[in-house]
Parts: sequence; C-alpha cells; structure tokens
Amino acid sequence: MSDKSEQQRLSVFKTYKLYVGGKFPRSESGRVYEVTDSKGGTWLANAPLSSRKDARDAVVAARKAVPGWSGATAYNRGQVLYRVAEMLEGRREQFAREVADAEGLSKSKAAAAVDAAVDRWVWYAGWTDKIAQVVGGANPVAGPFFNLSTPEPTGVVAVLAPQDSSLLGLVSVLAPVIATGNAAVVVAAERAPLPALSFGEVLASSDVPAGVVNILSGRTAELSAPLAAHQDVNGLDLTGAPADLAADLEAAAADTLKRVRRPSAEVWTNDPGTSRLTSWLETKTVWHPIGV
Amino acid sequence: MSSVVPAFGPDAPARLAGLADVTASDAALRRFLHGLPGVDAVGLEARAAGLGTRSIKTTAKAYAIDLAISMIDLTTLEGSDTPGKVRALCAKGRRPDPTDPGTPHVAAICVYPDMVAVAREALGEGSGISVASVATAFPAGRVALPVKLADTADAVAAGADEIDMVIDRGAFLSGRYMEVFEEIRAVKQACVRKDETAAHLKVIFENGELSTYDNIRRCSWLAMLAGADFIKTSTGKVAVNATPANTLLMLEAVRDFREAVGVQVGVKPAGGIRTSKDAIKYLVMVNETLGDDWLSPEWFRFGASSLLNDLLMQRQKLSTGRYSGPDYVTVD
Repeated sequence: MSDKSEQQRLSVFKTYKLYVGGKFPRSESGRVYEVTDSKGGTWLANAPLSSRKDARDAVVAARKAVPGWSGATAYNRGQVLYRVAEMLEGRREQFAREVADAEGLSKSKAAAAVDAAVDRWVWYAGWTDKIAQVVGGANPVAGPFFNLSTPEPTGVVAVLAPQDSSLLGLVSVLAPVIATGNAAVVVAAERAPLPALSFGEVLASSDVPAGVVNILSGRTAELSAPLAAHQDVNGLDLTGAPADLAADLEAAAADTLKRVRRPSAEVWTNDPGTSRLTSWLETKTVWHPIGV
Repeated sequence: MSSVVPAFGPDAPARLAGLADVTASDAALRRFLHGLPGVDAVGLEARAAGLGTRSIKTTAKAYAIDLAISMIDLTTLEGSDTPGKVRALCAKGRRPDPTDPGTPHVAAICVYPDMVAVAREALGEGSGISVASVATAFPAGRVALPVKLADTADAVAAGADEIDMVIDRGAFLSGRYMEVFEEIRAVKQACVRKDETAAHLKVIFENGELSTYDNIRRCSWLAMLAGADFIKTSTGKVAVNATPANTLLMLEAVRDFREAVGVQVGVKPAGGIRTSKDAIKYLVMVNETLGDDWLSPEWFRFGASSLLNDLLMQRQKLSTGRYSGPDYVTVD
C-alpha cells in the first residue's frame, strides 16, 4: 500500500451459475470445478459441475416451455431472437474478455469472434419466418385437394456445444434449435463454459420465455449419457462430443428414436447454411379438399 | 386395552360405546373436544418437515413406489366427467403400466355418485379394486340432511364400496359439534347395504377451511367417535389441501385414538400430492408415527390423480435406468 490517498477497492467476484427454467441455480449436487484459461495456468472462476439430476431438471423445464415457444408465431420468435442479439451487442466487451481468456485469443481476435456471434444470431433470427417457405410448400396431388407440407419443431433438443469455440460455436448450434421453435438443453464446452454461462444472463434479460434455453456446465460425458437415454428428449446434437463418446451416445439415443446430428469438423466462421435448421424440424402434411 | 379392532369391524361399536358419556350431550362433547391438548404448531411443522428430509433410495425406493401405487384412490371429480373417462380411469387403475405386468393395481377408483355404476361395471368382479364415491353433496356439503342421506344411499345401492362424505364445516366452525356428530352417524347408517354389510365411510374435514390445527385435532376425534372408518384431509377443491403438517396431526390423532379406545382408523391425505417424492415423504411419516400396521392400502390411501403418472415414470426410471417422460404414460 504505497498510495494511501487512493483506497484499494475490493473487487467483486462473479459466481457463475447454471441457467435452468429461467432461473440461475447452482448445481443440485453442490459441486463446482475450476475453470482455467486455455493454457491451463491461470484460474478464472469456479463453474458448477452439474449432475445428471440437473440434466433431468433442465429437461423438465424445457418440456414445459415447448408448447408456448413452438406455438408462438414465427414472426414473434424472430423478434425475440433479435432482442437477444441486441442484449448481446451491449455486452460485447464482457464477452470479448471472457472469450479471450477461454480460448487464448488476442483482444482483437476475441472481439471479432463476439461480433461474428452477434451477426450469426441475427442471421438465424431472420430465418424464423422464412424456413417454412424454403422447406415446406404445396405438393401437387392427383385429386381435388390442397396438399400442404409445413415444418414443425421436434420438441426438446439436447445440444452438446462445440469444445473449440466457446461463444461463436455455442451460438451457431443453439440459435437454429430455438429459431425453429424447439426448446434446448445445452451442455456448455467443458473446459471453457464461462461465455456460455454468461450467455444465459443475456437470454434472461431478453424476452426468451423461461425454459426455452437451459444451460448446464460440467463434464460432457457425465451429462450427455442421461440426456441421450432420456425418453423425453426428442433430438440430440453431438457437435461437442468426442468421436468415441459420440458412438455410444448415438446408440443410447437410438432406443427412443431421437433425431441425432453427428459431429463433424466445422469452421465456425463459414456460412452455416440451413442444415442445422432442418435438423430439428419434422414435416407435417395436411390434405384439404378444394372448393368446400 | 386388550386388543385392537378395525373401525369397520363388528366389535368397533361396542368399543365406541365405552365413550358414550363424552358423546351423551352437546355440552359433554364440547367439554371433551375442548379438553384435548392444544397443538404446538411450530413443533408440528418442524416434525413434519424433519420427516420429509429422509433419503429413500434404490430398493427402499422401489418398495415405496409400489406401495404408494397400491394405496392410490385414483380420482376423477370433474363436472365434465363422462362414462368414457371413468372407464379409461378404471382400465388404468387395473393395469397402471401396461408395459410392466408387475406393477400393482391401485386401491380404488374415486368418482361422483352417478358414475359409480359405470365404474363398477368397468372394473368387473374380482379386480381387487374398490369403487369409492364422494357423497353428501361433495364438495360443499351445503344441502339438507335428507338429501345427503339419499345421495349416500344411492351411491351405496349403485355398488360403491367406500363413501367419502364431507362434514358440515359451517356447523363445526360455529361450535355445533353434536350436529356434525349426529350427521356422521346418520351417514354411516346410510352406508349399510340390504345384506347388513356396509360400505366403508371416509370422513372429509376440508382442513383448508378449518383454519387452525386445534380444530383439525378436534375434528379428528369427533369423526372417529362418530364411527369414521377413515379420516380424510380435504376435497382437493380448495386452495389448501393435504399438507405434511396437517396430515401428521391426523396421524397422531389416529394413533392416540387407537391407544385410548382400541379402534384402528385409516387416514387419507388428498389433494396437492403430485410427485413421488411427496408420496414417499408421507409414507415415511406414516411409518414413523403409526408404524407398520398402517402401511397397507387397507389403512392408508392417497387421494390423487396426477400422482400415479409420476410414480409410474419413477418406476420406469428405476427399472430401465433411463429417465422417462410424459409421452410414456396416459394423459388423464
């Protein structure tokens, strides 16, 4: 204390918590694990080490949110998602810092990754009321009927977020799930969960209904096993699963006929295309008599 | 006391007659009920909460879930009930989980009096499941006594094995204990069938409307003195239904009554019990307060509808290791 004139301020540490059902609980198990920077040297924070019961609770919360979210108009969903991008935009500096720590990027590269994440989110927000025109439509049939195919959300999707990109990767896998009207249970990157946990705060301060997105941190292998076998989960995105684990999870998911998206090497800055949107859609076809 | 007799047995009236002096007059009854020790509300709630903290796992949990399923009075009491819904409920009661024949059946199907015949027919003979019927102008009970008795007699004639009556809370709260006492006696009489056997009588207090724990204790003794076979917490139609504390209070009253009079009475919490966790807490409470003697469908029941689905999902989780979901149980 050389300079007494300026009082040393005690900094306030942030307690990172899960985001489940619109609330920020600790893990039911009370466990935490240490998160360090990408070089494995400096301690950054303690993150909750979620248990399978947290995963179960998250699925219950997601299931509760499905009717409201999937029943909202596509236009409304787009507005809500755009609002998320607005909130994210306002916290770019915080996220740039967290991403830089998590991934070992320079300040400018981390800022670019955050900007790309905001842009990606807006891009998917625009798709909410357009995807139906692209993958749905009127089918020609040999009879006096209108025959219309429309895409419908699958339901609850468990997402293993990519391990290599803590924010841009997360946004790229999460946005298409909820843009199409599904509810998501996200397992954040195991070594770098902090940007994802902070992203929960962005969602909570937007108009996203409680339970539409649930974010868990912890061991990917421990959390993904109960999610893959869970009978009330309708889809499974294995993007963040290592190859050997992915095979086991796919086998477990097959018991309940889940839609599974296998992991593949992806460059997150590339144009994503619509394949992630269509992964979580089912097609409903209705026949309607003409002229009645 | 030499031995204990069941409340619905042939010896029970003689035992109750031993207490004829306390029910001889309105004044005597009032003196007796107001002479019951006051309830320590803080202690009662702490005890109930404490018993709710036990961790019941693995084989004990599996046993508790099966026991809870076998204790359920599967209930539908809606104005919109149809014969079809009652038949579906009966089918579910017989085989709660069609994918696992080892699942026990429920204790009873609980319906409005006009649906008793439908339920009776749907269950058939030898299913082991009783038909319970609410009666006496459930849930308010605000009709004249002859109408209540006719309501009861109708349900019994239609084939009800158990009658869930509501007491006249208005009379109880204004201190006309004798009136409530006589009414329960009269309904019990109306439960007698032509062949001299009788439908079991459950007496509903509607704890949420009795306002104090002291009133619940008095009401428990009043109903048991009048010959109730079961005492039941509530109708499920008001804001406050069965809570751990008020159920524990009734369990204690039943325990004390057996000690004093030698007659065993059953307990049925109803309303608001929706999860397996809650149900298991109640079972722990029964075991710790009353012991093994009450841990059977004959002496303890859950009045519930959605509880069964949660128990089935937990049961599936235990047997398969996978979390189950609402897609794998019926919607009702």
